[in-house]
Amino acid sequence: MNPGWDFHAIAPVIIITATIVAVLIADFFFEYRGRFRTQQIASLGVLAAMIPIITLAVDGGTREMFNGGFVVDPYSLVFQGFFLAAAYISMLLSVDYIGDGDYYQGEFYVLLLTSVLGMLVMSSARDLISIFVALETISIPTFVLAGWRKHDPKSNEAAIKYYLIGVMSSAVMLYGMSLVFGLTGSTLLSEIADKVRTLDSPLLIVAGFLTIAGFAFKVSAVPFHFWAPDTYEGAPTPVTAFLSVASKVGGFVALLSVVWFGFSPNSAMFQPVLWGLAAASLILGNLVALRQTNIVRMLAYSSIAQGGFILVPFAVASDGGAWTSSIQSVVIYTLIYGAMNLGAFAIVIALARRTRSAEITSFAGLGQYAPGMAIVMSMFLFSLAGVPPFAGWFAKFTMFRAALDANTPAATVLAALAAVSSVIAFFYYARVAREMWFHQPPEGADVHPIRTPVALNAAVVICAAIVIAVGVYPQLFARLGDLAAGG
Amino acid sequence: MILNQFLILAAVLFCIGVYGVLARRNGVLVLMSVELMLNAVNINLIAFSAYLRETAGEVFALFVITIAAAEVGVGLAIVLLIYRNLHSPDLDHVEQLKG
Repeated sequence: MNPGWDFHAIAPVIIITATIVAVLIADFFFEYRGRFRTQQIASLGVLAAMIPIITLAVDGGTREMFNGGFVVDPYSLVFQGFFLAAAYISMLLSVDYIGDGDYYQGEFYVLLLTSVLGMLVMSSARDLISIFVALETISIPTFVLAGWRKHDPKSNEAAIKYYLIGVMSSAVMLYGMSLVFGLTGSTLLSEIADKVRTLDSPLLIVAGFLTIAGFAFKVSAVPFHFWAPDTYEGAPTPVTAFLSVASKVGGFVALLSVVWFGFSPNSAMFQPVLWGLAAASLILGNLVALRQTNIVRMLAYSSIAQGGFILVPFAVASDGGAWTSSIQSVVIYTLIYGAMNLGAFAIVIALARRTRSAEITSFAGLGQYAPGMAIVMSMFLFSLAGVPPFAGWFAKFTMFRAALDANTPAATVLAALAAVSSVIAFFYYARVAREMWFHQPPEGADVHPIRTPVALNAAVVICAAIVIAVGVYPQLFARLGDLAAGG
Repeated sequence: MILNQFLILAAVLFCIGVYGVLARRNGVLVLMSVELMLNAVNINLIAFSAYLRETAGEVFALFVITIAAAEVGVGLAIVLLIYRNLHSPDLDHVEQLKG
């Protein structure tokens, strides 16, 4: 049997694999001082992997391999591009943080890139087996990254909590997948879609529920969210940024692929579950975020709530003619969410270099002694809250559009819940902004202007540019959403 | 071929695994419970695979076994780290961060 290799289509995956090997070997040869070069090799590899993605996008069309188990189309290219960009920015955030501590460098980038490799495969996977393997390739390196500070019990705790929830959710997901396989007789999503159209079995709903519950852990949707705040707080902050953006979106891509390509003909398999997850995440995520005093925990609950917003289009997708606008909304929302969340974490990391604290009160008076940083941070916060002209408003707009396209009572209730919770969300985002602009710096605080490393500045500039450009000219990402949804 | 018995065995094993993860406090025993859950999945997959005469399930089971080995390797490393820092494999002692 000829598997039909298409080297152009798998070029990004090959380049990242080669980079992983190169970084691993190069790390042996560099002296301690030369360790920064491992980061340069890793970044170059990520940028090089962007090239085949652009050429594939220009080429257009759909390339299938392995009987349709691995597909390269606009949908997968959009997400692959996103994951590579998120990985590049995460590395910019990490370089000084990892360099300042007395921790090894090389392994960090190997683990990060391995996780990215899983994400690239995930974007193209159209088969339960490859989705499972890709999901584990994303997760296993991040378990290790969360426990990166070996001698810090908090970091250990972050790792063990994340690990236990991660493997348990994989087991639940696999149990669901095994039932799906048993009922449909195939692991290919396209064949599963053909079977579930006619099959009418209550077990199918159980199978769908278990599979989606497994993914819900990965995207930290309520009530499967309780690991997220602890892991985010205990893990090194650059790793948290990576987890909350790349790893979480990896889970969303898995969910989207399974729901869209596999379960879509039978909406009872996924719609009620996802409705509940979305509603619970919106309410609980936003309400608990109000009470947080630690900025990382606040951002953790904020990312749970943002996950709820991303789940809204899933929950209404098959009502009315909402499929296209739902897919567009999920794609656009995840892309914008990535830029604004990475930006917010970049500022948290930059400020923590000075204050060594992650309390929200440590932001007091930032507008007086570091106005540039305070302006950019306010921008990211208001973008997360969905205030125009920053990109967040467009993400929320597409989400509401999908809910209104569906035009069912359930969708309208969910849209109303989303509207109420965006108002609640505004309060805790604005609280940080108030701390920065209207409070005095604490007594005895160092109020010299903050000098941030070049890499961190670059990360902030990239995220800020995306947040402003997309907010003012949303067609930039709207086009990507159209392409991914097959428009 | 009889399918039900295998599915019931798998379901029982899976439930024992879930109970073990939730109730056991020793890190190593929690890892063993996770293994029970994953092996329940394998029984399911192989039973369906033999019943449907479809090899995809057996291939899936092989991947699950391989990845479970990698996962448990990482898990034991993390439990070992906790044992070094806290001198106990008891997960109740891991409580610095409050969810």
